[in-house]
Amino acid sequence: MSALSVVAAALQVVGVLAVAPLVVGGMRQVRARLEGRAGGGIGQPWRDLRKQLRKQQITPTGTTLVFALAPAVLAGSTLLIAAIVPIIALGSPLDPVADLFGVVGLLFLGTVALTLAGLDTGTAFGGMGSSREITIAALVEPTILLAVFALSVPGHSANLAAIVSGTARNPGQVLTPGSLLALVALVIVIIAEAGRLPVDNPTTHLELTMIHEAMVLEYAGPKLALVEWASAMRLTVMLALIANLFLPWGIAGAHPTVFAVLLGIVAVTVKVVALASLLAAGEVFIAKLRLFRVPELLAGSFLLALLAVTASYFLAAAPV
Amino acid sequence: MTQTTYAGLLDLAAGAFLLTAVLIVWRRELRAIVRLLAWQGMALAAIPLVEGIYQGDRAIVTVGVIVLVLKALVLPILLGRVVGTEDQERRESTPLVNTTASLLITAGLTVMAYAVTRPIIALDPTEATRAVPAAFAVILIAVFVMVSRRRALSQAVGFLMLDNGIAATGFLITAGVPLIVELGASLDALFAVLVLGVLTGRMRRAFGDTDLDQLRELRD
Repeated sequence: MSALSVVAAALQVVGVLAVAPLVVGGMRQVRARLEGRAGGGIGQPWRDLRKQLRKQQITPTGTTLVFALAPAVLAGSTLLIAAIVPIIALGSPLDPVADLFGVVGLLFLGTVALTLAGLDTGTAFGGMGSSREITIAALVEPTILLAVFALSVPGHSANLAAIVSGTARNPGQVLTPGSLLALVALVIVIIAEAGRLPVDNPTTHLELTMIHEAMVLEYAGPKLALVEWASAMRLTVMLALIANLFLPWGIAGAHPTVFAVLLGIVAVTVKVVALASLLAAGEVFIAKLRLFRVPELLAGSFLLALLAVTASYFLAAAPV
Repeated sequence: MTQTTYAGLLDLAAGAFLLTAVLIVWRRELRAIVRLLAWQGMALAAIPLVEGIYQGDRAIVTVGVIVLVLKALVLPILLGRVVGTEDQERRESTPLVNTTASLLITAGLTVMAYAVTRPIIALDPTEATRAVPAAFAVILIAVFVMVSRRRALSQAVGFLMLDNGIAATGFLITAGVPLIVELGASLDALFAVLVLGVLTGRMRRAFGDTDLDQLRELRD
């Protein structure tokens, strides 16, 4: 590991912190324009965050440490993921100690923290939101693990840098059935995990349909800002991760030069902007699924992930 | 065509073949199911086409073209005409097993297909035979679709999927049955669909519905 890869990892964390609200703002703007509205501009989430950070801290009576700590746990786990995954460069200093399974674990640590906070408030909405969120998480987790397993079969390693560099060396690998199925399964579960349409509507405050919003209903001021910031960061990190897992071109190697790091920044920006616009444009055309149909969607993606594992294990990896 | 491209294309065709079967289990819109069946026909036809071009065997390519015309064009168009125009006919009524459970059962069937076909692959491990489990899984899924759906049309789709699965297994194991046998089997399937189409039309005219569960009450 060189000094520059440490710099690259630090850049990843700072970059995700700074860019995440812009990604969310950009997605809202794309959506607004496609629906014929003017939109609030790309910087609107940042302005919202600034406003909320200046507000007074309010803690609902009867809540405990769980409620107070959850935003910090959510944001911390997300930042740790941002430091681990290859966004700009491959050789992150944390890469040897954490594989894709570790990243999935950290992702769910944040989810569980927020769920417990929703229960901690003791209100009807918090409990309802938590129950829905954990229902979805219980279906999402096995799917992510299976998809990750399918991706790690060709490279014989669950290490992120190994998977990404393996795909970069051998681009044809992306077009195998196993990898394509894993991509579709991962996209569905990431949409579910990030609380986007058609699983959850991020813009609604209608109590019958909301999932994520119901859990964070009791937060206000700086804590709410932290929760929303962390959600935006999760979305950004997951978009960058999926872009680099399947389209690893432009990412800097394990021993990068300054130019390679700059190229990595440009490449990942282009990829994330393209993916986020695609996601936002797709959301215009779909409606939210009824809550009872969500398990169908997730069972379908679980099946796709299972097929991905069988396909990559039996078809491609078998020795000739 | 190099061996890697050949293996890659064959895997892709087998994967798409299995994927369409899974999506047929997933969807409930009858028109979408018929469209998926056409895609499945295309994936099926791709298997003999790729094999024929790789081996330079013109007979297999001919079989592939016949399969493409029949399974990807003629049969889906015939079935598409049977799909009713009334609202209640456009969707599959609630299947006997709900969709989530169906999808999980499909997952189980796929794994079972891999387990069952291991000895067959062990006999002659080539690129083609390694894709046999996908074709075999389609056979199992088709049987499941036939027993779990209520509408006459979805059961016909299940029957055609069964036929597709058997044909794909044949192509992958033996690199193509003789042309005349393939022609006979294809003609059989064509007639079956024609008869089913007429039968469904009659049923709808007589009972106003094609939900087969409601026919249990019939007596001589």
